[in-house]
Amino acid sequence: MSIFVNKDTKVVVQGITGKEGQFHTRQCVAYGTQVVAGVTPGKGGQKMDEVPVFHTVAEARAATGADCSLIFVPPPFAAAAIMEAVDAGIELIVAITEGIPVLDMMKVKNYMRASRTRLIGPNCPGIITPGECKVGIMPAPIHKAGGPIGVVSRSGTLTYEVVHQLTGQGIGQTTCIGIGGDPVNGTNFIDCLSAFQADPETKGIVMVGEIGGGAEEEAAEYIAKQVKKPVIGFIAGLTAPPGRRMGHAGAIISGKSGTAQGKIDAMAAAGIHVCKDLGRLGELSKDVFKGLY
Amino acid sequence: MKIHEYQAKTLFERFGVPIPKGAVAFSVEEAKKVAETLGGFPVVVKAQIHAGGRGKGGGVQLAHSLDEVGAVAGRILGMTLVTHQTGPQGRLVKKVLVEQGLNIAKELYLSIVADRASAQIVIMASEAGGMDIEAVAEETPEKIIKVYINPLTGIQSYHCLQVAYGLKLPAAAIKPMSQMLNNLYKLFMGYDASLVEINPLVLTADESLLALDAKVNFDDSALFRHKDLADFRDLDEEDPLEVEASKFNLNYINLDGNVGNMVNGAGLAMATMDIIKLAGARPANFLDVGGGANAEMVENGFRIILSDPNVKGILINIFGGILRCDVLAEGVVNAARKTGIKVPVVVRMEGTNVEQGRKILAESGLNLTGALDLKDAAQKVAQIVGA
Repeated sequence: MSIFVNKDTKVVVQGITGKEGQFHTRQCVAYGTQVVAGVTPGKGGQKMDEVPVFHTVAEARAATGADCSLIFVPPPFAAAAIMEAVDAGIELIVAITEGIPVLDMMKVKNYMRASRTRLIGPNCPGIITPGECKVGIMPAPIHKAGGPIGVVSRSGTLTYEVVHQLTGQGIGQTTCIGIGGDPVNGTNFIDCLSAFQADPETKGIVMVGEIGGGAEEEAAEYIAKQVKKPVIGFIAGLTAPPGRRMGHAGAIISGKSGTAQGKIDAMAAAGIHVCKDLGRLGELSKDVFKGLY
Repeated sequence: MKIHEYQAKTLFERFGVPIPKGAVAFSVEEAKKVAETLGGFPVVVKAQIHAGGRGKGGGVQLAHSLDEVGAVAGRILGMTLVTHQTGPQGRLVKKVLVEQGLNIAKELYLSIVADRASAQIVIMASEAGGMDIEAVAEETPEKIIKVYINPLTGIQSYHCLQVAYGLKLPAAAIKPMSQMLNNLYKLFMGYDASLVEINPLVLTADESLLALDAKVNFDDSALFRHKDLADFRDLDEEDPLEVEASKFNLNYINLDGNVGNMVNGAGLAMATMDIIKLAGARPANFLDVGGGANAEMVENGFRIILSDPNVKGILINIFGGILRCDVLAEGVVNAARKTGIKVPVVVRMEGTNVEQGRKILAESGLNLTGALDLKDAAQKVAQIVGA
C-alpha cells in the first residue's frame, strides 16, 4: 500500500519544458511513474520525449485524466500555477518550487480550503512510494520498496540521509513524503501521520522536523492520542541561532518559540523515540522497528 | 529583510500613517539642523540600528536645547550600542533619528503579522505599550487583542472597530485608528511585509495617535517584486562575510565556532552543525550550497569559510541526488589547491559514483580525509579539534 501516490497515479508536470522540469520528468519516467502530460503555456501540441505538452492544466486533464500535478514553476508564477491545478480539479499537487512569497502561499491556502485538492509543499522534494511511483526530485536508488516504514520530513537532503540509513539496515519504506521547508504549506505532519496510521502496510514512522513554527509540537500531541505505531523523531537545528532564517523560509526561531529543544521535549513527552545523534539513526531504527521488517 | 526605524517611518508617511516630525542625521551638525526644524524642545535623539532595546542601552535620549542636541548626538553617534538584541559586541551607531518630543497620554502596542499557523494576517494590539510584548503575551495574554484577517478578503471595517474599541480609545481616536489600520494593512500587503510593529503607538494629550517607534520586516522571498526596497538595505548591519557570500548566491550565516561546514540542503546543513557540536566542536557557520554543488561554488565556499580566523577544520557533507561524487571530488580537490587550504578537511559524500569520488580524494595528496558516513565524519571532526 502506501499513502497519497501509487502505481496508478497519473502525473502532469507543470513547467515540463524548463530545465528542471525536463530533467526530473525524465528521472520520474525512468523510475516507472506514469507521467501522462506536461503543461507549458505556449508550447501546447509539442512533446517532451514521449510526453504530450498542453497550454493549460485543464486541457491536460481533459485529454489524459491526470490526477496529480508536479510543479516546477519559478517563484513569481508558482502560486498561480497551484491555483490553476486546483481549478482544473487535480486531486494531488506536489509543488517543488522554493522561494514562493509567503503572502502568495497564504492566499493559496485560504483559496484551497473550499476544494478537495491536497497540496504537498511548496519547497519540498516531493513524494515517493518506492517501487511504484516517484513524484519529485529525490534520488531513486537510496529507497527500498516494500515497506514497512513511512517517512515524513520538512527537509530534502536530510530526508535522503534518513532513508539511506534505513535502507542500509534493510528497512524498506512504504511512502516517503517531504512536506517542505516553508512556513505555510499544504500538507502538514498530522495529515501524513493520520494517513500512515490508517495504512495497513506502514508499521512504523520516522518523522524529521526542524526549527520554526509549532508543527512538530502539534504532531507530538496527535501521536500521543492517535498513533499506535512506533515513531522515531529527529529535529535539526539544536545549534541554530535565534532570529535567523536557516535556509528554509520556515526555519526560524522567533523569540522563544520554534526551538529544536522545545520540539524534542514535546516529542519525548509523547512517547516518540527521539534520535539525538543523526549518525546513529539507522542503529536506533533497528531497535525501535525490530520485528516489523 | 530588516530596515531602520527612520526608513520604516518614511514608509509610514508614504502610506498616511501618522508619525512624529523628525528626520535622520549622520553627523552632529545635521542633528542640530534637524532639531531646529522641529518647532520646540525637548526633542529626542535616537540611535538607528537594526535591534531593539536601544533605550535601555542608552541609545535614546532627550535634549532640551540645541547645544544639548549637539552633545547628545555627539555621544550617540559613533557609540558601540549594546542591547539585549545586539549581542555583547554591540553595534556601531552611524546615524540618529532626531524627532519632536510628544505629550504622551498613553502608550499602546500594535502590530500586524503574517501568521503561519492560521495562514491569516493577524493584528495584535494591547494597552500594554512600550513594553516587551513577549513578556505580556506570556504573563497576561488576555491583555492582547488578536484580530484575524483572511488575506483573500482583506481588512474590513469591523476588524478595525474590534481593535479600536478593544483598546478603549477615546471617541475622537476611533476613526483615526481605523484609518491607520487600513493604511498599515495596505503597506503590509503591498510590500509583502512579514511584520509591521509599532511599540509604542502613542495617544497624545490631545487624543491624536502617532507611531512613536516603527519596525517593518519584509519577506525575503518577495524582494524580487519590490526592487525599490533595495535602497533600504544597510550593509553595515550585515556580517561582511555574509555580504560577500550573497554575491555568489551562497546561503551563508556566520557563527562563532571552530569547524566550518559546507552542505547541500538547509535541513541537512542544520543537522551537520548539530553533529559538529555533538563531536565536541562548535560550528563556525551555516552554509547551504543548494542543488548546485559545482567546483566554483565549492571554491567560493572554501574562501569564505577560511576568511574566518577561528576555523580549525572544515566538514563537507554532500548528499548528492543528481550530483556525481567523482565530479564533486574533483571540484573539492581543485578548490583546495587553488585556495591553498591549511586546515584539515573532512569530506563525506553520498550518491552516484561515491567510490570513484573517495579515490580521488585519497589520491590528491592534500589534507582531505574521506568519511564513510555521518558517524565516521563526526569522529574525524572530533579528532581535528582534539576532543
